[in-house]
Amino acid sequence: MLNYVIRRVLYAIPILIGVNLITFALFFVVNTPDDMARIHLGAKHVTPEAIERWKVEHGYDRPLLFNQEAEGTGKLTETLFVNKSLALFALDFGLADDGRDIAREIGTRMWPSLAIALPTFLVGLAVYISFALTLVFFRATYLDLTGVVLSVVLMSISGLFYIIGGQYLLGKLWHLVPVSGYAPGWGMFKFLILPIAVGVVSGLGDSSRFYRTLFLEEIHKDYVRTARAKGLSERVVLFRHVLGNAMIPILTGAVVVIPRLFLGSLIVESFFGIPGLGSYTIEAIQAQDFAIVRSMVFLGSVLYIVGLLLTDLSYTLVDPRVRLE
Amino acid sequence: MTLSFRPEILWSDALLFLLLAALAVFAWQVGRHEHLREPWRRVGRSRMGMGAAVLLAAYALVGILDSLHFRPALPAEPGQPVHYAAEVHSVLDTLVGPLRTQVEETYSAPLALHLYAKETMELPDGRQVRDFPRLKFGGAHLAGVEARAGDIAGHIGMGLLAGGVASALALGLALVFVGLGAGPQGPSGSPGHLGITGAWSALSRSSSLAGLRAGLIVLCLLLLLAAAVIQLAPHYHILGTDKVGQDVFYLSLKSVRTGLLIGTLTTLIMLPLALFLGVAAGYYGGRADDAIQYLYTTLNSIPGVLLIASAVLVAQVYIETHPELFDTAAARSDLRLVFLCLILGMTSWTGLARLLRGETLKLREMDYIQAARAFGISHLRILGRHILPNVAHLVLIAVVIDFSGLVLAEAVLSYVGVGVDPVTASWGNMINGARLELAREPIVWWQLAAAFVFMFALVLPANLFADSVREAFDPRAGGQA
Repeated sequence: MLNYVIRRVLYAIPILIGVNLITFALFFVVNTPDDMARIHLGAKHVTPEAIERWKVEHGYDRPLLFNQEAEGTGKLTETLFVNKSLALFALDFGLADDGRDIAREIGTRMWPSLAIALPTFLVGLAVYISFALTLVFFRATYLDLTGVVLSVVLMSISGLFYIIGGQYLLGKLWHLVPVSGYAPGWGMFKFLILPIAVGVVSGLGDSSRFYRTLFLEEIHKDYVRTARAKGLSERVVLFRHVLGNAMIPILTGAVVVIPRLFLGSLIVESFFGIPGLGSYTIEAIQAQDFAIVRSMVFLGSVLYIVGLLLTDLSYTLVDPRVRLE
Repeated sequence: MTLSFRPEILWSDALLFLLLAALAVFAWQVGRHEHLREPWRRVGRSRMGMGAAVLLAAYALVGILDSLHFRPALPAEPGQPVHYAAEVHSVLDTLVGPLRTQVEETYSAPLALHLYAKETMELPDGRQVRDFPRLKFGGAHLAGVEARAGDIAGHIGMGLLAGGVASALALGLALVFVGLGAGPQGPSGSPGHLGITGAWSALSRSSSLAGLRAGLIVLCLLLLLAAAVIQLAPHYHILGTDKVGQDVFYLSLKSVRTGLLIGTLTTLIMLPLALFLGVAAGYYGGRADDAIQYLYTTLNSIPGVLLIASAVLVAQVYIETHPELFDTAAARSDLRLVFLCLILGMTSWTGLARLLRGETLKLREMDYIQAARAFGISHLRILGRHILPNVAHLVLIAVVIDFSGLVLAEAVLSYVGVGVDPVTASWGNMINGARLELAREPIVWWQLAAAFVFMFALVLPANLFADSVREAFDPRAGGQA
């Protein structure tokens, strides 16, 4: 088990290097720091001196890959690649273009993100699975058909509609919850209800349909027939046997996203004014702050790989046949 | 010879025509082979599939009309060479005529006669009042609000009449089609022997014609709606106007092309990549497999939105720092659209590639492939003749399923600020522009509603069509649900 984990972590390294190279190519080669400086300075203030000054201020005044002027190993280390790109491996995110420490921002902003994303994920999973199980219980009836039609209709509606509709209906018309905003501590509760509800509803169509297909596939298998033949009630068949055996595909889809919950949702957070990592990223995109975007891309990739590892480990919990070695 | 217009082929137009040509070749191929035709017949018999297909075809028609671009000639002095306008128009712009040019001052509600905001107006006697001014075009032919209901009813009535005639024509054509036995499996078996009553009873009852029937019903409803809209639209802003007074209905129509392009061009770009890499990884195995798996795991591990956002940001900076490459604003925003499709394509091929790799791994061990190899047939030929046709259904299913997701993604990306150019008409931009106006009292809802309804009316049939294609092509999905 430990061996397996170690091997997987080692396997992750070349992937992260690949991610690093892609982001490096995107942010430093296709667009040179000179281009970035020009964008940030604005058309009126572009002079060679101003560009140089901007690059020095933000630490971009080094060559990309090879430093002729440095001594010894400094030829390789005093470069943008090592200082800006490889440094990410040590989780050294550096400073944003507005001068603030990215690591500190991430540390404070991940909690609001988590406060929305984790409940949305858990409630969503429970709702989707129960809804899908209900449809499967009533399979081949009009109730099932209605549920499927409803799912298709729900997944054909833009996610933005749920947000805007929810804000208008619950927030503005009925005054049940604030339209947007956030407060630390217990006060956050009333701000969280709407984003979580919207998050759950907007995934309902897609996910329930997916889970329903999973369950239907299981329900036609022999062991289910055996279970029924033994005289087990439909409830036991569905919850213990079908749900249990459908756990592997459910986990495949679900566990991998758990680590990424830290990053929050770009859209939900910016619509509801939640000061989390999602809105941080969106603001960075809109302000063209490449340092932040680069950090978030790298962090997201790390979390994804952690998620893949967790997925494999979780298989051992639900399926005794799976042994990791 | 001097033309009164000059055709203008934008990058996205060229790619779209390429796609249409590919589709035509594909259809021709399918038509020649009985075993390829059969699943499509199953789609044709499905009520959901055909109903959805008619709606999709209507969208496609609007999109294609909007892709035939040209620059009209400017009125020239005699003896001077003809100059063409800098503005690029499409055939759709010409067809909808007044919708494009009838621009009001600012917001106005659907079918309204007055502007949304009060203005200070000077009366003939010199006094000043603050009131809602009349629209310059919307309902300008009416004396007052009292006459509006009757006028609208009249236009709609005329429209329904015209639509009814068109529907009757369509129905008649379908009857002839069925009566001549050209319809799928006419009940009498022998073609040409159904009278008009026989054709009618076959069309209204036969279960093998259920798809045609559903398609016809949708077509008739669509014709009725379109005719009523055609009657009404020149006289009113049927979906209101936006902040700068442009007709929302016109903007929604223009957005159709953007949505369709994002949904289809992306696939066009991603297909060769996914096909080549996925099949190669599965077929050759070994080093090639490792390399390709590494490539798509790496791409996959970058959060999708962020990868798209970074690539678009980079492209944006590139466009901003190289303004000399683009001569017109249309070319610039068009290139950004193509670029967005390119990026979406580059990031979305991994799923299909993985699927194809798995399927090819399975196929590689099949007896007939082994036999082909034993006969000494070259790898390329085996790939082309034996592997590709057997994974084609996976590709098709993936393409139709991806489409609706991409249309919805456009709105989200445009909201984040990494979607299409802000000057390109798109549903995402419409939503983005209207979102802030929700706080106003009375609220400006029509722009949002129009964007959502148009999107929904495209994505729902796309999803339904994808379902019936999947059911017809996927051998596993046949039995259940």
